[in-house]
Amino acid sequence: MTKLATEERMSIVIVGHVDHGKSTIIGRLLADSHSLPDGKLEQVKELCARTAKPFEYAFLLDALRDERAQGITIDSARVFFRTARREYIVIDAPGHIEFLKNMITGASRAEAALLVIDAQEGVQENSRRHGYMLAMLGIKQCVVLINKMDLVGFDQAEYEKLVKSLTAFLAQVNITPACFIPVSGRDGDNLADASTRMPWYHGPTVLQALDTFEPEAPPVGLPFRLRVQDVYKFTGQGDDRRIVAGTIDSGQISVGDRLVFLPSGKRSSVKSIEAFNRPTQTEASAGWATGVTLTEQIYVARGELAVRESDPLPQVTTRLRVSLFWLGQRPLEMRKEYALKMGAARIPMRLESVDRVIDASTLAARPNATRVERHDVADCVLKIGKAVAFDLASDLPVTSRFVIVDEYDIRGGGIVREALPDQQGWVREKVLVRNSKWERGSIPLERRAERFNQRATLLLFTGPTETERKALAKELEGRLFAQGKVVYFLGIGSVLYGVDADIGRQRENRLEHMRRLAEVANIMLDAGMILIVTAAELTTEDLEVIRAAVEPERIETIWVGDRMTTDLECNLYVSDGEGRAEALERIETRLKDLGVVYRPW
Amino acid sequence: MDHLEQLENRSIHILREAYANFRQLCMLWSIGKDSTVMLWLARKAFFGHVPFPLVHIDTSFKIPEMIAYRDKLAAEWHLNLMYGQNEVALAEHRTYPDGAVDRLTCCGLLKTEALRRTLSGEGPRYRFNHATRTYERDRNTEPFTGVIVGARADEEGSRSKERYFSPRTTQSEWEVQDQPPEFWNQYKTEFAPGTHVRIHPLLDWTELNIWEYIGREQIPTVSLYYNHGDGTRYRSLGCGPCTQKVHSEARDVSEIIVELRTGKFSHIAERSGRAQDKEDGGGLESLRRDGYM
Repeated sequence: MTKLATEERMSIVIVGHVDHGKSTIIGRLLADSHSLPDGKLEQVKELCARTAKPFEYAFLLDALRDERAQGITIDSARVFFRTARREYIVIDAPGHIEFLKNMITGASRAEAALLVIDAQEGVQENSRRHGYMLAMLGIKQCVVLINKMDLVGFDQAEYEKLVKSLTAFLAQVNITPACFIPVSGRDGDNLADASTRMPWYHGPTVLQALDTFEPEAPPVGLPFRLRVQDVYKFTGQGDDRRIVAGTIDSGQISVGDRLVFLPSGKRSSVKSIEAFNRPTQTEASAGWATGVTLTEQIYVARGELAVRESDPLPQVTTRLRVSLFWLGQRPLEMRKEYALKMGAARIPMRLESVDRVIDASTLAARPNATRVERHDVADCVLKIGKAVAFDLASDLPVTSRFVIVDEYDIRGGGIVREALPDQQGWVREKVLVRNSKWERGSIPLERRAERFNQRATLLLFTGPTETERKALAKELEGRLFAQGKVVYFLGIGSVLYGVDADIGRQRENRLEHMRRLAEVANIMLDAGMILIVTAAELTTEDLEVIRAAVEPERIETIWVGDRMTTDLECNLYVSDGEGRAEALERIETRLKDLGVVYRPW
Repeated sequence: MDHLEQLENRSIHILREAYANFRQLCMLWSIGKDSTVMLWLARKAFFGHVPFPLVHIDTSFKIPEMIAYRDKLAAEWHLNLMYGQNEVALAEHRTYPDGAVDRLTCCGLLKTEALRRTLSGEGPRYRFNHATRTYERDRNTEPFTGVIVGARADEEGSRSKERYFSPRTTQSEWEVQDQPPEFWNQYKTEFAPGTHVRIHPLLDWTELNIWEYIGREQIPTVSLYYNHGDGTRYRSLGCGPCTQKVHSEARDVSEIIVELRTGKFSHIAERSGRAQDKEDGGGLESLRRDGYM
């Protein structure tokens, strides 16, 4: 089906409980706005007559053969119709509970929503669920259709009663509808044409209400946010640009603007705004998939959030208080690892606590929950494996959104309500200041990497106290040195009595020792070195401090010894019985695989 | 930002996500208007470069001008281009033009089967050598895990059910009723071993949008799309024996845009000139479930 050109298009979604008449309304809108291909209506009517089924407008939508067999529309199929003002793309979101993920898929692409409620049945489980999710998905423009008015005798009192209870419910989930409209999908009352059977209603028809909606303008006036999708350096045809690429979520930038990349805290300025087959531009704004080159070459990677130094800064932490919805067959549980995706960042995540689970059928809180079941909406605390930069839903909704991946699929999504303090916050604050004051030399990191033929990396050897950890680490140093690598061995003792001389070796100073060790490592890494550090019995907490001060991508952890004496999960394990040669071979292979040391050609 | 810019930006975002997440990534290039727009969008996304191979499934029955155009652009745009083919079926003459099988079976063999084996690496891949301008058998037989396809939702019923990132099973099959959710520009970028993901950057584009964009960006297209004086042109390109022209006076891009805007084809399916669709009960559904583009 090809459509005519209209200047404007708007995506809308129709949600509501199963059998409240969504498909009938869409079918009717198509027919009454004269958007059907010639003969289609007659064809479907004929088909119904042949198969002795009463004709329904919903059949018009069943583009697929097997759908007709099931009697419900399966996926977020799109349907197009036109009004005097513009073209509409209807994303039909089926109400069947099995298909909630399709509704979410459809609704997230929509700019406005129609919520359909059966005048007889009133608010049902999915009316509530869908209302709640529309609010979380960020759809602000919404019309409520009170359908099947023919079944309540077009009675005004019935209608008013329903509107009153609905208004209260929608306020609870933070939705303010543009209007309520009494309709009959079956007969077409108040859809395209004003009903003659409800003279007491003086509001707009559905099409008139839709035409009052405005397309959502990109949020140019808000603080600048760009989630870094990638850093490109394509060398073909003599191209030497290094381009930081991403789509601008909000705000705008100009050449010369100072940028901060978070969570790393690195800073640089916009040197140019890049594009292909476009005139040179000096500005870019929200909505554009763009790319910039920077004046100072800094190491930034996919997953960081670029913001303007002069704009309000986002949050950075590893603990998030969130509202989320869960779609997975298996519940969201504690003590299980998931992946959190936020913009381009992908981070290991665990559920720390469930504050309350909201039962979508009643919107009452289910107390003492320890997990989130399929199709539940809940407020939770999430703990993630490394810091991420984001905004709060109350500040900038787009950069507050995340999804949760279990196994290979997205199983849930939500918005961040609050950034909670974590144990590395004090380190991160120091690092932010350090990075803003950092004096860069004249040699960029990449040139050192090219010269030394290696990628600066921190190799952390840890394990139980009594093992051969140091001997193994020193032998690795020797072997890498013999291969021409720039490598340095640093035992933690060398730091404790020098750099750390002013603080005692008491337990409460342990994390400060870690921070200082990490700061020393950071300098060595900036010098392009492969740094080998040995320290007994490092814990997850220790590593989190180190990761706050050293880029996590540059850290490799190796556990030496059979006994696991701490909670740390390492990248590589060397057992007591393993021959030294074999162990070194394995470590070196891993370094090659990671690109720390480059493979010979 | 106008509607073409909106479409362009969304497609670029999708292409960049695909590139960041799939190591074994390729783009299917049918030489038609849609996948050529998609190729252009890749050049936009990657600032003039196309950092993954383009795969063309050559049935050997494509209209010759299409192949000449393909090789010309490959050279001019420095493309990493490869083609795959069902050599066994062709050698055994098990094709519709040979009179051996019906149209649908022919599509199944020369397109679906050829595509499946080219993507998996079981079938031969021939890579364009820019120095000699000839094709050489590619030694890399690693399967592609991310496949960028130029399907549009408005083109034909079953395509409106696609996600931007749609998983395919180990058999290249599409499980229409069990697709993961997709929202907030977060896509399915993780997949089980042996499966792959089809990526659809053009899902929201219409036939008219494609032509408007070709006009605005001045993207080179095959001249088969235009009327050269006999009052006919191709609206959709495929194999010579199974693709019919439509009656149209449109001689260039702007005339095609006028034609579409005035609704000349508004009630005629875009692929109505493609005979195999009719044999499939009016939809591509069964072909697509088996892995057809």
